[in-house]
Amino acid sequence: MLGAIDLGLIYGLMALGVYLTFRILDFPDLTVDGSFTTGAALTATHLARGGDPWVATGLGLVGGLVAGAITGVLSTKGRIHPLLAGILTQIALYSINLRIMGKPNVSLTRAETILTPLKSNHLLASGASIAIFALVVVLFILLTDWFLNTDMGLSLRATGANESMARANGINTDAMKILGLSASNGLVGLSGALVAQYQGFADATMGIGLIVAGLASVILGSAILRSTRVVIATVAVVIGSLLYRVIIQLALTVGLDPNDMKLVSALIVIIALLVPRWASMGANSRRHRSHQRAGQPAVAGGPGVSDHAEAGA
Amino acid sequence: MLQIHDVTKAFFPHTANEKIALRGITLDLADGDFVTVIGSNGAGKSTLLNVIAGAYRPDEGTIGIDGRNVTKMPDYIVARDVGRVFQDPMAGTAAHMTVEENLSIALSRGHFRGLARGVSTARRKRFREVLAVLQQGLEDRLHTKVGLLSGGQRQALSLVMATASNPRVLLLDEHTAALDPQRAELITRLTGELVAAHHLTTLMVTHNMEQALRLGNRLIMMHEGNIVLELSGDEKRKATVADLLERFDHIKGAQLSDRNLLA
Repeated sequence: MLGAIDLGLIYGLMALGVYLTFRILDFPDLTVDGSFTTGAALTATHLARGGDPWVATGLGLVGGLVAGAITGVLSTKGRIHPLLAGILTQIALYSINLRIMGKPNVSLTRAETILTPLKSNHLLASGASIAIFALVVVLFILLTDWFLNTDMGLSLRATGANESMARANGINTDAMKILGLSASNGLVGLSGALVAQYQGFADATMGIGLIVAGLASVILGSAILRSTRVVIATVAVVIGSLLYRVIIQLALTVGLDPNDMKLVSALIVIIALLVPRWASMGANSRRHRSHQRAGQPAVAGGPGVSDHAEAGA
Repeated sequence: MLQIHDVTKAFFPHTANEKIALRGITLDLADGDFVTVIGSNGAGKSTLLNVIAGAYRPDEGTIGIDGRNVTKMPDYIVARDVGRVFQDPMAGTAAHMTVEENLSIALSRGHFRGLARGVSTARRKRFREVLAVLQQGLEDRLHTKVGLLSGGQRQALSLVMATASNPRVLLLDEHTAALDPQRAELITRLTGELVAAHHLTTLMVTHNMEQALRLGNRLIMMHEGNIVLELSGDEKRKATVADLLERFDHIKGAQLSDRNLLA
């Protein structure tokens, strides 16, 4: 279970990236599946050649930044639908990742990684590793919060919140989308670089379906901590990521097959999407009944009901 | 300050659905001019504003702002010099962001948006000042999400956002049309005050003839992509809604009879 928390924190960086595109930019970016593996592949290949672990990790980050920028350019300058732009980059990256690695799988069992000091002292999946990964994630949360409150960060948020308003205020929304997608996939690539070093290998298929895990983290997080404030939302995303990994771990402990995990992932997302809605519908109908008791007109979905729902949101 | 020279714009050109929105519009606004624009639906009023703002590129003609040719510039670059308020109160603000965040974005118009803190203490002080003018109590709601404000408050905020950075040109597109009469009256009054306070060169589209006569020092009437009437100075001050309606009917009638002759 401690290992699941380790992974939850590392994948938390990926979830932060998904938060940037999915929530801040309102851009459903599917590049993630590819850019995660690109980060892992670049790092693993460099490490397997005996390269410096920090340089290798940096390469993973840069790989993600470039991949995100490509999706951004396709969607803004090429005017390709956001979903399609992400899918195109993702599928192109599958081939590119195989080219980077030269084979479907690169093992790091004998390579020196940034996690070697932890690994050789058997400190992975321990309190010490959790503390270190938590520190790293908190650092990136603070960095994200700080950035989103700068002038540039406000422009990025405005681009996602109301694009025509952003342009009317002189914001280059195309540049902001490219920047946001790049930063997002940079985090995803970095997450991939760390996961590869954590599990001791990079694999061409390791990113498949990962966007669902990212979305699950974002949605679980916002279901638990309901706030549109950036500071709270970013923390919520990482908590969502932790929760997701713990649920997956529990599903495995219960005896489910690892091959069933994609199904479990999809179910987690569906449940996290539907349950809060049912809950609020329940609350609405309760309010509705109390309105009736108070002698107010009982028009289904009438102004009274929806006003209260808005005020409560 | 704003020179529009022989601007033509057609939608779906060279197709059966071709719609000519502007037919050689020429209009010159001196520094501090406040021109109100009236005309029936489809007269080309909104298209004219969109062409000036760079949202549409004119087919022919040129647009200059403060002596600079902006005809081919993208909208977000033109926006450095141009403030806009739209008809929809939702359009001019970001609902999920706070009042102060929205204002910060507006205040950075024309400046490089770097890594300095968006909402600084100095800016917050300025926000309170510019919002206090509205007398809507918004100066005490800086941390409120704009989505929780009423339509009138959002439109008042949009107006402040469009004017606070002292743009060279202010474009108002039926910005009181979606509000109830009381709020519309408030926004109309604030428009006059803010334009006067900042000495803004303004172009305002409206369906409300009374408003068109009350605000501004010039008035133009558009019909089928042309400017068909222009009033300024004393002529505008003395005009009444009845005058405008009569002249509009007259112009429409003249065009109809021309067409009948040609047919």
